[in-house]
Amino acid sequence: MISRRTFTQRSFIGCAGLLPGVGWAASRRPDPEAILRDATSGRTVTWEGVTIEMPQLAETGNSVPITLSAQSPMTEADYVRRLSIVVPGNPEPLGPAFLLSPANGVARVSTRLRLARTQTVVVLAEHSDGRVTGAQLPVLVTLGACIDELWTD
Amino acid sequence: MDRLTSLQPRVRVPATARAGEIVEVRTLVSHPMETGFRRDEQGARVPRDILTHLVCEYAGREVFRAELQPAISANPYVAFHFRATVSGAVTVRWEVDGTVVAERTETIEVLS
Repeated sequence: MISRRTFTQRSFIGCAGLLPGVGWAASRRPDPEAILRDATSGRTVTWEGVTIEMPQLAETGNSVPITLSAQSPMTEADYVRRLSIVVPGNPEPLGPAFLLSPANGVARVSTRLRLARTQTVVVLAEHSDGRVTGAQLPVLVTLGACIDELWTD
Repeated sequence: MDRLTSLQPRVRVPATARAGEIVEVRTLVSHPMETGFRRDEQGARVPRDILTHLVCEYAGREVFRAELQPAISANPYVAFHFRATVSGAVTVRWEVDGTVVAERTETIEVLS
């Protein structure tokens, strides 16, 4: 019987251990704080005004729908210029980014994510004045997106 | 099949909008978005193969750009918004490292 913890650890190591560039992931657990510092270039994040709409329980991590939005007037004087997703539990923690302008009218984007394992998904909104706002949402993934690797270990 | 339509790019834009209305664009394209972390049945690593960018132009101006990553699922779906101001073409392009690999144009009519 394989314990849940061993299962998730192995599936993650299986996913992460193959590329030299992410070799660190195989040797130690990723540090979400370091990943966040990397994603924000060290700027302080205000945890408000950003919404993540996403199921908190995903049966498989292969395709998890997400809608991210940030409060902003989206005018020339004040708009969100970048919305990005950070997935600290994936072998590549920096996820997709969306570049916006006042032409968008609203800072709201939907897509589908691949999640390697259970993790806290982070969404960051970079505003035109340099402010960074964000939100976090824990998502339980029953079967990670890199499940193939578990059986080839 | 045309080079730019072989990935079956699909773009949905409302046919008409009122001036100033914020409309949603929904896009879908057939692509494996292979992460480079998977192995095939023989145990060989499946090489990385991902679309790197999605760009939308409306009335000759870029209004949206997405930097895609392996964290986007296969057959990437991306939906976004823009403010309709004039009637014109809405073109969505998918790129791999600067080369356009799929493209689709729709038109929107703005009612005065």
